[in-house]
Amino acid sequence: MTPLEKTGKTVEDAVNSALAELGVSLERVEVEVLEEPSKGLFGFLGSKPARVRVTLKPEAPKMTEAVKQTVKTAGAKPAAGTDAVQVAKNLLTDIFRTMKLKVMIEKMTQEDHVVLNLRGNDLGVLIGKHGQTLDALQYLVNLAANKDADTRVRIVLDVENYRKRRAATLTQLAERLADRVKRRGERVVLEPMSPHERKIIHMALQQDPRISTYSEGEEPFRKVVIALKK
Amino acid sequence: MKELVEVIAKSLVTNPDQVSVKAIEDNGATIYELRVSPEDMGKIIGKQGRIAKALRTVVKAAATRENKKVMVEIV
Repeated sequence: MTPLEKTGKTVEDAVNSALAELGVSLERVEVEVLEEPSKGLFGFLGSKPARVRVTLKPEAPKMTEAVKQTVKTAGAKPAAGTDAVQVAKNLLTDIFRTMKLKVMIEKMTQEDHVVLNLRGNDLGVLIGKHGQTLDALQYLVNLAANKDADTRVRIVLDVENYRKRRAATLTQLAERLADRVKRRGERVVLEPMSPHERKIIHMALQQDPRISTYSEGEEPFRKVVIALKK
Repeated sequence: MKELVEVIAKSLVTNPDQVSVKAIEDNGATIYELRVSPEDMGKIIGKQGRIAKALRTVVKAAATRENKKVMVEIV
């Protein structure tokens, strides 16, 4: 059960070489990305390989669930400091198994939250229109993970860095609409967005001296309004 | 699909052993009737149905992938 650290050109390469050495399939291990690869200057100067840590799971996912259930029915309190992130990962593993999706879960610990990045082929289904499915899944996973936990952990789910790409799209949209507001002098109301997405719009325009942004309406239909500063 | 509804529901409630899902075929669509213990109703529906809505969104996504039409009803 000792973790194995591997490097490779890409995260996939590193994971695959670890799997080859352990002689197991992806479902049997935990993958933690220690370092994303970077190309460096001209693709060679200062380039860094991907570094991952791969740990064998103590049991097959099915077993974990069975054990969890017996603990529950016995009415026993989960041990103090139950790892919320582990609960989240187990749940995701179970969900993807029933959906027959092959997904690799990468964990990245940030200052105030944990990002679980999901990698695999054909995961568009997990994103949905404007990330609706991903947000729903994230909401459920957070509820399940923090159900019995002593300390709340915020878990952010991402698929192939979708959230980063979406943030870039929203920032561009905000800037384009702000230009239109300045030209026409009329305010623009955006479509309903999640708090996280609204924040991206507000942040994108907060430095603009001629523009003010605010939100109106009630959740889950709250919308950002872009207007001229009075 | 039925298992998916079960897995998610069990992860949210206090009494996972009292979660049951029944699949009913109706005109080409499948209705999943989800039952939980009365004290867990709030944990599966949420404020203004927020949890139920998230559950339906995820199940619908899984169904789209299999070209199926599904509904989740909490009874």
